[in-house]
Amino acid sequence: MASVPRLCLLLSIIPTILILCADFACCNTGRKTGDGLDTDFSGFSVPLEHSFEVDDVSRFRMRGALQLRGGRETSVSLSQSQLSEEDRNTLKEVAAVDGLYKIRVPRVSLTDRQTERQMDGYLTAFVRACSLVESHLSDVITLHTDVSGYLIGVSIVTIPGACRGTEVEDEVDLEAFNTTLTIIPPTNAPQPETALFIERMDIEHEKRGKPQEQKSFFAKYWMYIVPLVLFLMMSGAQDQSGGGAANGGGR
Amino acid sequence: MRADSTCYTDSGSVRMESLKLATHVQRQQYVGKTLFAHFDSHSQSSNKLFLATDKNIFASFNSRTGDLLWRHVDKVGPEGTIDILVLHGQDALMVVGGGRLLRSWDTNMGGLNWEAVLDTGSFQAACFVAIQDTVKHVAVLKKAAISLHYLTNGHQKWVENLPDSDTVQYQAVYSGGEVEVYVLGVVPNSHLTIIAYSLEDGEIIKQRSVEAPWLSSVESSCVVIGQGVLMCVDPATLALYTLPIQAEEAPQFNQILLQSLDLEVSLGFQPVLVSSQPHPARSPISEFFLQLGPDHHVLLQLNADGYTIAALRDFQPAFLVSFATTGEKTVAVVMTPKNETACDINLFSADSGRRLLDTTVIFPLDLNGGKPFKLYVHAFLKKDDSVDYRVLVQTQDHALTFIQQPGRVVWTREEALADVVTMEMVDLPLTGTQAELEGEFGKKADGLFPMVLKRLSSQVILLQAWLAHLWKLFYEARKPHGQVKNEVTIETLSRDEFNLQKMMVMVTASGKLFGIDSKSGSILWKHYLENVQPNAVFKLIVQRTTAHFPHPPQCTLLIKDKDTGLASLHVFNPIFGRKSHIAPPALPRPILQSLLLPVIDQDYAKVLLLVDDQYKVTAFPSTKNVLQQLQEMASSIFFYLIRSDQGNLSGFRLRKDLSTERIWEVVLPTEVQKIVAVNGKRPNEHVHSQGRVMGDRSVLYKYLNPNLLAVVTESTDAHPERAFVGVFLVDGVTGRIIHEAVQRKARGPVHFVHSENWVVYEYWNTKSRRNEFSVLELFEGTELYNSTVFSSLDRPHLPQVLQQTYIFPSPITTMEATLTEKGITSRHLLVGLPSGAILSLPKMFLDPRRPEVVTEHSREENLIPYAPEMPIRTEWFINYNQTVARVKGIYTAPSGLESTCLVVAYGLDIYQTRVYPSKQFDVLKDDYDYVLISSVLFALFFATMISKRLAQVKLLNRAWR
Repeated sequence: MASVPRLCLLLSIIPTILILCADFACCNTGRKTGDGLDTDFSGFSVPLEHSFEVDDVSRFRMRGALQLRGGRETSVSLSQSQLSEEDRNTLKEVAAVDGLYKIRVPRVSLTDRQTERQMDGYLTAFVRACSLVESHLSDVITLHTDVSGYLIGVSIVTIPGACRGTEVEDEVDLEAFNTTLTIIPPTNAPQPETALFIERMDIEHEKRGKPQEQKSFFAKYWMYIVPLVLFLMMSGAQDQSGGGAANGGGR
Repeated sequence: MRADSTCYTDSGSVRMESLKLATHVQRQQYVGKTLFAHFDSHSQSSNKLFLATDKNIFASFNSRTGDLLWRHVDKVGPEGTIDILVLHGQDALMVVGGGRLLRSWDTNMGGLNWEAVLDTGSFQAACFVAIQDTVKHVAVLKKAAISLHYLTNGHQKWVENLPDSDTVQYQAVYSGGEVEVYVLGVVPNSHLTIIAYSLEDGEIIKQRSVEAPWLSSVESSCVVIGQGVLMCVDPATLALYTLPIQAEEAPQFNQILLQSLDLEVSLGFQPVLVSSQPHPARSPISEFFLQLGPDHHVLLQLNADGYTIAALRDFQPAFLVSFATTGEKTVAVVMTPKNETACDINLFSADSGRRLLDTTVIFPLDLNGGKPFKLYVHAFLKKDDSVDYRVLVQTQDHALTFIQQPGRVVWTREEALADVVTMEMVDLPLTGTQAELEGEFGKKADGLFPMVLKRLSSQVILLQAWLAHLWKLFYEARKPHGQVKNEVTIETLSRDEFNLQKMMVMVTASGKLFGIDSKSGSILWKHYLENVQPNAVFKLIVQRTTAHFPHPPQCTLLIKDKDTGLASLHVFNPIFGRKSHIAPPALPRPILQSLLLPVIDQDYAKVLLLVDDQYKVTAFPSTKNVLQQLQEMASSIFFYLIRSDQGNLSGFRLRKDLSTERIWEVVLPTEVQKIVAVNGKRPNEHVHSQGRVMGDRSVLYKYLNPNLLAVVTESTDAHPERAFVGVFLVDGVTGRIIHEAVQRKARGPVHFVHSENWVVYEYWNTKSRRNEFSVLELFEGTELYNSTVFSSLDRPHLPQVLQQTYIFPSPITTMEATLTEKGITSRHLLVGLPSGAILSLPKMFLDPRRPEVVTEHSREENLIPYAPEMPIRTEWFINYNQTVARVKGIYTAPSGLESTCLVVAYGLDIYQTRVYPSKQFDVLKDDYDYVLISSVLFALFFATMISKRLAQVKLLNRAWR
């Protein structure tokens, strides 16, 4: 239970939503990564199983083992064996009928070791078998966790992801997986950024405060007012004389 | 902030718009299912009707027109429940909230006279208490106490605890104008307790108990009649029991066997007694009704000796009975079936059982409505002292019909519309002539000669229609302008030029379907589905639109029982409301999911797939053609199921034999968070632009995944510091979690909209105690992975996700996005506020790319600088002062004009309008100066001609020189 707050701490460090907290390890062939001491400390392993059948009925077999290390820095590595001759042929056959290649991992918690045994069920994902074959077994497996460190989903994609119908001639290409493995914890959604906004407003206020020297109305517009007044005076004087003349005529 | 103020606060144009809007805006107000109804008997000429409803509404209607005079909308839920409504003179007394409040309303104006807070305890009964012919008090009986309140100010005169309230169930209170108030309680199957309280000080004057081993409930099987005689009926012994309440000398009930009166109860029917107390200051009348079967009533009279009963009249068949009093006369009102389409209502003298002449009213039975459920009679004396009356009939579909002699329906109110569950807007059909032309191309060609004939005949029809139109114009031109009515009927329905008028198909919780014309708001058809469970879930699906003449449009309503999951289909024509002759498939197993495929059968109906609890798929329609298509496409049909109780999301793929296989599974542990809502995108949504042009002229492409689901969760931990709201974006085909965001220190209710490449959600921030809006936008980046087609199976890279959050200064009740034909018009969010206003919030304000610091590029892009608070501008309210009470949902539909989006808000009221998110850019203004433009054009044209001529002459002259 003590590790829960530590995970929260880890999540709050993540600065923006664009940077995914990703500790991944690339694993080839059956070579074990990480020394025994490390796995004994806090890591544990769960099976990664896969299924590919021509009749599309799921029969999961062991593909490899996921070495999970929870706690402060969640990390994962994968040790997996090569595909056997028989498996390679089956995979090619499945690809030919546009079947699916499915993987599954058991539901586990990365932080709370006590509940690991209690949860049942699996998380399943799939990819088209043909795209796996055409990408020469280059797949990207992503594990998603929720806020408390439970595995909630798994996804598998191949790069490239398309099925173009190209034949894979070389048997060697289908022997070993070239897997990229990632754990993605949830990202923290941003809060309204009031502090930054207020700061910015203050700076703007300061900027605006200084240079604005208040001139009087007359000082600003004297160049328009003076000619106007002059003009009015001139025309007024003319009017008076004209009016006087008219009046005089009337009498 | 500067940028938006120039764009939006143009009050002049707003006023113009409001004037224009007034022409096609309409609001209809409803109150819900009637629980209590009273006519204003205060004055003879009054025409007011008072209703209390299950929607916690107290309303007054004009009984001549059916118009709403005023309405008081109380809180939703048990806090606002109206327990009882009683009327006396100008005061309407109401107990609200399970005995929480006692209220008195002024019936004239609808104002509140006073309100008194009652002691705790569940409400049992209430009655007026009179002394010497004047009603001065009201008695309220609670589970363990009785209190007396003054009618004038609500002050409590006295309150007394009831003795032995833990064993005795007190259920009724009775006052007959004496100085005592009687409380009746029962110990089921043991004895009856009668307590008499002094009116003055609440002292117990008398208390006695009477053996009654057959009695289980006073409320359901006893009434008080005559001079304070308690009349009970016991279905087990088939007998009536009488007991004088006041008299001390009667120690036990007097039994009268029904057999001795030659009466027989229908098998398995619980007999019901109906009595009447015309005035609270006097004792009830000594006549009463006994219902012996579903359509069998007897009018009985208690003789003056208080022991014997005389049968006055036997009514069989009779659906409903009621008493009505005017002046000194009390009459019995009986509704009897006449034939298939009508019922007769007759008056009978209460004291003799004689039928009163010329009092028959015919109530027309609506075949598409429910059966009569209750009668409310308004009797009044005519000039010659005979009794006349009007009847308010409540039917099972919550409709109210007000009729008067001899059977004229004065008005009808469809109160089922107060609870609209779901709706769709369907295009109206083309006019007959247009349809004829369409049909010509729709049919199969037979050869050259028949084709020519067909063309000629359709052109003759067109000519005929045109001549008829001309004649009509000529004929109507001679009439005064006001008389030309444009009434919409089902026959004259046709699509207008811009497809602005549509048919609104509304499904209500009571199981009644309505077809409403969106322009006039008039109900064009209605259909009541009987046997719909009260907790049923509805899903309305448009399988075939109007575009496939001569095939009629087709809608399918999936009705699912929430508890058992068993479902049934109702297939109908949305324009006329008629049930389709196509037989829906039998669905013996509970249905988990329904999905509409883009696959169409040979009759252009989209295929509906129904998945049952064994993951077997039923197709509807299931013709050979459809099954063949499904087999071909099976490997590309994916669907998902969500079990929110287990936190399980799983995906399936269809197999060729219409079975399914599970292909992915995502599990959100229910001990951490629970799924509250899942929303895909609307299938009829069009996105016009694939990307956004940025300030530096590069393009940021949108991540437009049509299979994307937005899943919203709430934490099970409700502590304000640890509560959170989760937003998961999951691909519905592959089950891949595209994005997972957690909003900390937040809780629901979460409202959200998922459209295009964005999700907008609203939640409550528990730390800052405010509502906040958050927007997520997904982008592929500056390069598209595959620009021609989107496939969930082939998108290996995750999109970029941008998110921003804003403070919203109001709670909201519902949210929807505008929708237009081609998606060119900018989007607005329509937000229903608890105040009843509907806010049209530009999506521009909810853009995660709003910059903190304004740069050259962001200015180029027209981005509004970030501000943490979202403004609410009053000119954004699209309904102005026409508030929509308790908005539950907003429906948007595109129209034929790209600029225009049709909006319907429903809740207690229904409000329909149009919105123009980018102003009416494709419509010429009303004051557009055609004369000026054309005269300028002509002038320029002639000027060109003349100058050309002059130039020619000049050239010629120069050549001669």
